[in-house]
Amino acid sequence: MIGKALDRVDGPLKATGRAPYAYEHQEAGRPLCGFIAGATIGKGRITRIGTENAESAPGVHLVLTHLNAPEQGPVDESAMDYWRAQPVLARPDIHHFGEPVALVVAETLEQARDAAARVEVGYDTARGRFDLDARQDGVYTPKEVTGGLPADTEVGDFDAGFDAAEVRIDQHYTTPYEFSLPIEPNACLAEPRGESLVLYTSCQIVDAARASVAATLRMDPGQVHVVAPFVGGGFGSKLSIHAETILAAMAARVLGRPVKVALTRQQVFQLVGMRPRSRQRVRLGAERDGRLTAIAHDVLMHTSPETEYAEQTAATTRSLYAAPHRLTGHRLTPLDLPRGADVRAPGEAPGLLAVESAMDELADALGMDPVELRIRNEPALDPERGVPYSDRHLVDCLREGARRFGWENRPAVPARLREGRWLVGYGMSAAIRGHLQAPTAVRVRLEPDGTAVVLSDMTDIGTGTYTVLAQVAAGGLGLPPERVRIELGDSDHPTSWGSGGSWGAANACTAAHRACGALRAKLLEAACGDTGSPLYGMDPAGAVFADGVVHIGGASEAVGAIAARAAPEGTEAEGRVRHMADDPHYSDYSINSYGAHFAEVGVDADTAEIRLRRMLGVFSVGRVFNPKTTRSQLLGGMIWGVGAALEEEAVVDTRSGAFVNRDLAGYLVPVHADITDVEAVVLESFDGRANVLGGKGVGELGICGSGAAVANAVFNATGIRVRDFPVTLEKLLPGLPPADS
Amino acid sequence: MSDPDAGPAGPRSGAADPQGTGPGPTGSGSAVPHGTGPNGTGPSRTGRPTAIRLNVNERVRQLDVDPRTSLLDALREHLRLSGTKKGCDHGQCGACTVLVNGRRVNSCLTLAVMHEDDDIVTIEGLGDPDHLHPLQRAFVENDAFQCGYCTPGQICSAVGMLAEVAAGWPSHATADVASPRIAPTDAEIRERMSGNICRCAAYPNIVAAIRDTARGGPA
Repeated sequence: MIGKALDRVDGPLKATGRAPYAYEHQEAGRPLCGFIAGATIGKGRITRIGTENAESAPGVHLVLTHLNAPEQGPVDESAMDYWRAQPVLARPDIHHFGEPVALVVAETLEQARDAAARVEVGYDTARGRFDLDARQDGVYTPKEVTGGLPADTEVGDFDAGFDAAEVRIDQHYTTPYEFSLPIEPNACLAEPRGESLVLYTSCQIVDAARASVAATLRMDPGQVHVVAPFVGGGFGSKLSIHAETILAAMAARVLGRPVKVALTRQQVFQLVGMRPRSRQRVRLGAERDGRLTAIAHDVLMHTSPETEYAEQTAATTRSLYAAPHRLTGHRLTPLDLPRGADVRAPGEAPGLLAVESAMDELADALGMDPVELRIRNEPALDPERGVPYSDRHLVDCLREGARRFGWENRPAVPARLREGRWLVGYGMSAAIRGHLQAPTAVRVRLEPDGTAVVLSDMTDIGTGTYTVLAQVAAGGLGLPPERVRIELGDSDHPTSWGSGGSWGAANACTAAHRACGALRAKLLEAACGDTGSPLYGMDPAGAVFADGVVHIGGASEAVGAIAARAAPEGTEAEGRVRHMADDPHYSDYSINSYGAHFAEVGVDADTAEIRLRRMLGVFSVGRVFNPKTTRSQLLGGMIWGVGAALEEEAVVDTRSGAFVNRDLAGYLVPVHADITDVEAVVLESFDGRANVLGGKGVGELGICGSGAAVANAVFNATGIRVRDFPVTLEKLLPGLPPADS
Repeated sequence: MSDPDAGPAGPRSGAADPQGTGPGPTGSGSAVPHGTGPNGTGPSRTGRPTAIRLNVNERVRQLDVDPRTSLLDALREHLRLSGTKKGCDHGQCGACTVLVNGRRVNSCLTLAVMHEDDDIVTIEGLGDPDHLHPLQRAFVENDAFQCGYCTPGQICSAVGMLAEVAAGWPSHATADVASPRIAPTDAEIRERMSGNICRCAAYPNIVAAIRDTARGGPA
C-alpha cells in the first residue's frame, strides 16, 4: 500500500463540506461569540480603558481586559516555543500594533463585534522602533538560531579565500515580511466541563496547544482536552496557539459556558507572527572554472524585544555547496513589531532566495551555465559538519530537471529571446532542506470485527496524514484501506509533535509501521499457540498478512477471527519514534531532501508585467508514501515560491508599526490566473538513515529555492537583477531594454 | 536627521480596533472604525431580529436574524451549514462562495435579509459523501485540495462559473468576446476562478478537476 496513489481518505468529507473545522463543532450546542479588540498604537501603555458602553450593549455577557483577566502563568523560555504560555490581556503594556486590549463576549457575533467597537481605550504612546532598514543600532548575535543551531560558523579563512578568488560576487538582498495565511483563520471553540476544558482549536501540534493553554491558565494539562480533527492549513502559523485560543478558553472558564473566538483576517496579520524581513549579504569567491573557494552568508532580521525569535536563514548555506573557506552569521535587532514566527520553510525559504540568486550572478559573471556551476560545487561530505550525506541526489535532480525542461533552449545571453511583446527567460535554482525527526507515538488497535483503528494526536493540516497512515496500517496489517479508520487530532490519543518542520508524515508513518509490527506479532503468537486456530503450531516467521487473512504455508485464518477469539475486546500496540538528537543516524549523517527548480517567465516589453509561463521541480525525498499527495505538497510549495518571488510582501507603516496591507486584497498571494503549467517530479529513492520506511520531509521542500528560479528567469528575460524581493514590475520598468532592441 | 521609525509619542485615546482595520494613529484624534462612535451615534445598535425565509438546498428555512447578519453567518451560525467557509469576511478569498438563484456570490458580502425567498445552494446541497456531485468527485480524484477549507467555495464557484461559460459570458481570457460559444479552456478556467484563493496552492489540480468535469469526465 505504501507508495500507491490513493485518493485522500478524508476527501469526500472535505469536498462536501462535512469536515468540521475548529469554529464549526456542534457538540457544545450554541456557544457565545467572542470578538477581540486590538490596540491602535504600536508601542506604549493603556492609561484608561472604558468598558461600560460595551458591557451595556445588547447581548453582551463579558468584557475582558487587563483589569479583570484572570492571572496567567509566566512565559517559560526553557520550553520549546510552541509549548510555552501565551499570556494575553496580562498587562497594560502594548508591545505591537493590534495587540489585544479586550475580548467582548456576546450572544452573537454581530453583537460582540459591535460592542468591541465601544471599548474606549486611552494610551500613553511611546516611541516605537518599527523600521528594520533604519535600525542598525542594537544589533546583536543570538546565542543560537532555530533548531538549536549556532548563530555563527566559520571554516577555513574566509577573508583570505575570498580575497584570493579569481571571480567574486558580493551582494545584498532583502526579503519582506511574509505571512502564512492559511484560508482558515485561527479559531477556537472552548467548552468548559466542570474543572476541565474541551478546546476545538485550529492547531498543528495538539500537545503544544494543550501545554500552552495549561501553562497560561494555570491548569493541569490533564484538564485540557484538545480536539483538532481538521485544520484549514497551517504553514507554521498554527504551530503555536494564539490569542484566539487563550481568550476563548479564558472566557469559557469565567462564564462557565462555551465560547468561540476567531481572528478576523486583518487580526491574523497582527496576532500570529510573520516571517521577519531579512537583509542578507552573500559573498561568493570562485576560480575561473567555477569551483567555489569561499562562501559567506550574513543575515540580519528583527526580534521581538520580549521574546527572541532567531530564524536560521543562513543554515542551509552550511550544507549546500563545497568550498574550503566558509562563514555564516545571524544577527538580530529588536523592533516593536509582532514576534517573528515560523512560516513555511523558515530559514531555507528566504536564505535560498538570496544564495541561489547569488549563484546565478556568479554563473553570469563566469559565463557559465548555472546548472553546470552547481554540479561543479557538489560536496563529497557535508562541508561544515564533516559527515557524509545519507542519500544526496542533488546532481540527479539538476540533470533530470534540465533534461525534462529543455534547459538547453535557455538563452545564454540575457534579454535576447523575444516572443511578440514578451521578453522570455529561463531560470533555475537548487533546493535543499534538512530532514527532521521528532518524538511521535501512534497506537494501532485491531477490533474483533477485523477492522483497524489508528490513533494519534497527530494532525492533518492538508498534508495527507489521514491517507498515508491508512496506507501504512493497511499494508502493515494486510487489510484493505477501507477497513482502517484513522483518528487524529485528539489529545486523548498518543502524543506526537504534530505537523511542522515537514516531519509529520515520516514520524507518524514510522510509528504506525512499528505499531503494526508489534500487533502482527501479538496476533501470530495468539494464533500459533491456539489449538483452535488453523495456524496452530506453525512458524510465525513465514506469516503473510494479505486481504484480511494471515497465511502461513498452506494454512490461513482471517485476521478478524484471530482477534475475535484471542481478544474479544480488541487488541492494540503502540509504535514510537524518538527525537533526532537521540538517533545516531542524525549525528552521523547529513540527512536532507533535495530538488532543482526550472522556470520560464515572460516579461512584457512595455509594461514589465511578469508572467510565469511554466515551471518544473524535480525532487529527491527518499521513499514516497503517496505520489498523489506528495506531488500536491510539492506543487503547493513551488507556488509559494512563485508568490515569494513576485507578489508577497507585508508593508509596515513605520510611523505606527501597523501592517498597512493587512488583508488578502493588499497582501497578494498567487491566484489561479498567476499559475499556469507547474509540474513536480520525484526521483525514486530510499533513505534508510532517515527512518526505517526510507521517507523524508516534503511539505517545505517545494518552496526552497523556487522563488530564486523565478527571479533568475526574470534576469534571463530582461538582464535586470532585482535583489529586493519581491520582483515587481516597478523595479523592472526603469531598466527595460529599449523597445526596438 | 530625525529618527525615521519613531512613532508619534504622547497621550492618545480612541476606540479599540475591533476589526483590525483601523488606519493607525497617523494623525491626532482617535481612530474610530466604521463610523460607529463609542456613544452609539452610528446605525442601529439593537440588531432587533428580523424574520426571513430562505430556500436553502431546496428546503424552506425560516429564521430570525440580526439584520447585520451576513448570508454567510446565517448559513454557518443559524442553519449550522458550516460547509460554507469564512476565510476573510471581505470578499477577498472566495471561501464563502454559494449559489444564489444559480449565480455564484460571496456570501460574506451580502446580508441575509436581502435574500428573502431566494434559492440558495451550498456545498451541502450539491452532494454528500456517498453521493458526490461530479465536481466533488473530480476534486477528490484530482487531489484538488489539501486542507479542504477553500474547497467548498472552489466547488460552488466552479458550478457557477461553468454555467456562465455555457451561457456564453465572455471573460478577460476570451479571445473573441462576440462568439456565442466559449470553450472552457484552462485559460478561461484560471481567469474565472481567480476569485477563489487556495493557499495550499492546489491550482493545477483544481483546474484539472474542473476541466475533467467540463468535458464530461476524466480524459
